[in-house]
Amino acid sequence: MMIVAGIDVGGKNVHIVIKKDGQILGKVSGPTGIKKAETVEQLYNELLKKAGLTRKDVERVVATGSAAKRVAFANGAIPDAAADARGVIKLIPTARTVIDVGAEEGRSIKISADGKVLDFAINEKCAAGTGTFVEAMSRALEVSVDEMSKITLQSTQTLSTNAQCAVFGESEVVSLIHQKTSKPDIARAVMNAIAGRVASVARIVGLEKDVVMVGGMARNAGFVDSLKKNIEMDVLVPEDPDYMGALGAAEAAIAGVYAEEVKAKGIGKRDRFRRERLIILGNSIV
Amino acid sequence: MPKYKTKGLDCWGKVKQLREKYYKDYGEAHDRGALRWEGGAWNFDAIPQALEGEVHALTEEPYGASIGFDKAKQVRFQEAAEGKWGCARDLCAYLRNYWGSIVLNEYAFGGPWPHADFIFQNHICCSHATWLQTADEIDGGKIPYFCFDVGAGPYDKIGDRQIRYVVDQLHDGIAFLEKVTKRKIDDAKLAKKVENTYRSCCYWAKVCELNKSVPAPLDEKTMFSLYVLGTLEKSNDAFADFYEKDLYPEVKDRVANKIAAVADERCRMIGDSQPPWGFLNVYRYLEKYGVVSVANLYTFSLIGWWKVNDKGEIVPYPTLKEQGITIKDRDHALWLLAEAELKGKLMWAPFYGADYKVDLVSKIAKQWKIDAGVIHLNRGCEGTAQHQMETKNALAKLGLPVMTFEGNMADEREFDEVRTARMIDLFVTETLGLKKVA
Repeated sequence: MMIVAGIDVGGKNVHIVIKKDGQILGKVSGPTGIKKAETVEQLYNELLKKAGLTRKDVERVVATGSAAKRVAFANGAIPDAAADARGVIKLIPTARTVIDVGAEEGRSIKISADGKVLDFAINEKCAAGTGTFVEAMSRALEVSVDEMSKITLQSTQTLSTNAQCAVFGESEVVSLIHQKTSKPDIARAVMNAIAGRVASVARIVGLEKDVVMVGGMARNAGFVDSLKKNIEMDVLVPEDPDYMGALGAAEAAIAGVYAEEVKAKGIGKRDRFRRERLIILGNSIV
Repeated sequence: MPKYKTKGLDCWGKVKQLREKYYKDYGEAHDRGALRWEGGAWNFDAIPQALEGEVHALTEEPYGASIGFDKAKQVRFQEAAEGKWGCARDLCAYLRNYWGSIVLNEYAFGGPWPHADFIFQNHICCSHATWLQTADEIDGGKIPYFCFDVGAGPYDKIGDRQIRYVVDQLHDGIAFLEKVTKRKIDDAKLAKKVENTYRSCCYWAKVCELNKSVPAPLDEKTMFSLYVLGTLEKSNDAFADFYEKDLYPEVKDRVANKIAAVADERCRMIGDSQPPWGFLNVYRYLEKYGVVSVANLYTFSLIGWWKVNDKGEIVPYPTLKEQGITIKDRDHALWLLAEAELKGKLMWAPFYGADYKVDLVSKIAKQWKIDAGVIHLNRGCEGTAQHQMETKNALAKLGLPVMTFEGNMADEREFDEVRTARMIDLFVTETLGLKKVA
């Protein structure tokens, strides 16, 4: 009997999965918040309790995500794209391209039949290809993200928006509202624009069947529809696509393939100047 | 147990001293009655340096890069250029550092901004076309300015007509220099300076060629500190001697004795464009996995002169001595200088199209036995960032895994260190399948 845990600490949400003998025993998710380490501790304890387990029962814990290194109790960590690849290939062995659009990042990963990362591309330094952008646009439209996803599918005309920048994208949405454009058409324009950004990242690594989409945005049916139309290919969405990082981390724990230097901080020692500067600019440093 | 033996370079201290002296001399030049001039790293410095008496240069790009290395200073200088002078943030990062230095009246190596006596510039990219014009405007608008054009064509399209186009401008440049400085060009000195330029540029190429060896005797991070002298003043007697008499023999000796730059070389990497100067630890981080950057078109041909031989291979351009040439007169000196710059500086070829860059990078990848590529998508330099994705695709066609990361050579605000580390971890552990060296 082997019990393992996979923990994905993303920019917006934490996802945790516990597996026993390869089967999912339990899962939990919650907002990451500012105090990432504390959030992980709290959610992990909650899940253990629900599963009737103690920490000692879990043989290995592997973390992933942008803040994986905040999980001090993990045995190791793996890069988030590697977690995606491992999770997806377990569920969909025919997958060769993984598109992951989360809150803070959009990325495309070319994977081999055994789930190795062959190539990858990431939408860097731009919010216009991420879930955060959709949240901002849904606020401008005064609808929930779920509702925005639904109304996208009701759109009757194709409009184009710039969406090169989250700030100007929002201004553009406001202008369309003032022009009395219907919400479904605006929602579709926003989804098309993000799909365009994500598709261009995917084309950097090449699109090979089967294309699988994971991450929080995979739950957004409107966006997935726009992406399919853009790349002119079918896009498979597994169950619980936002848990894929955690599932992949759990697979790495089962296989015993992970880096053990969990507490390492970036490339070298912390950049004191950068931190001080960010504090001056009012950003929170955790 | 490391795979290879390794040790630091014996000439390391000397290159540091020479660089330090260069900047100190420039700052103190007027105290000694010497002339000061500003220009670019790709300038034909042999010409102004052949003026009678003592003359010192300040080249724009290495000066901007030096500021880029100091993160706190760099942001302060850039904010001065942007906030006080009003330049756009997406302009060349070196240029912004340089302008900021003048705006703040602060020489990066100590003291107030040292005003130049003249500007001798060449047009090599859109930034260089106006860089020192604006610098002069910020500085009061009184510095005599001469600029010549080197846009005569890529290395394989250079004939007598193209060389004459540049040489005639250089004659005009000499007339300008003699007029504004009231000093004469010393033709014997000019011949010596042209010969020095050949030695600096050809011996740097020979040093880079030695890096084909396995293990590589030099890693790229170290090479950055070595090529810098050539970007400061290729015609300098001490610099040319350093390349020919110190560096080249030492690196040759390392190859003969299999002395590696990195003891656990397991993966030979090719880079592209300038690095993010404030974050050179990226290279050391990669070396923890045994990934060593051994080649880069930029690093090779920023000062190195090369030619493509009949077999289609990139080989060092021959020195004047190797060609058996003795400089006869002024026109001959200028001709030889222009000829080698136009035919030998392969780094200018990508300005004429992606095919050139793709071809040259592919040649380097094959000749230098490259295993993988890590490309810095450099937002700080439009010139060297040209065709980067085409380059990635070309390397991929050769079967090489390639990682790209966004950054800026001299603007730390555009580089995300932690995120880049995550991408390197992913690329190295997953795509390359390497583990950290024990």
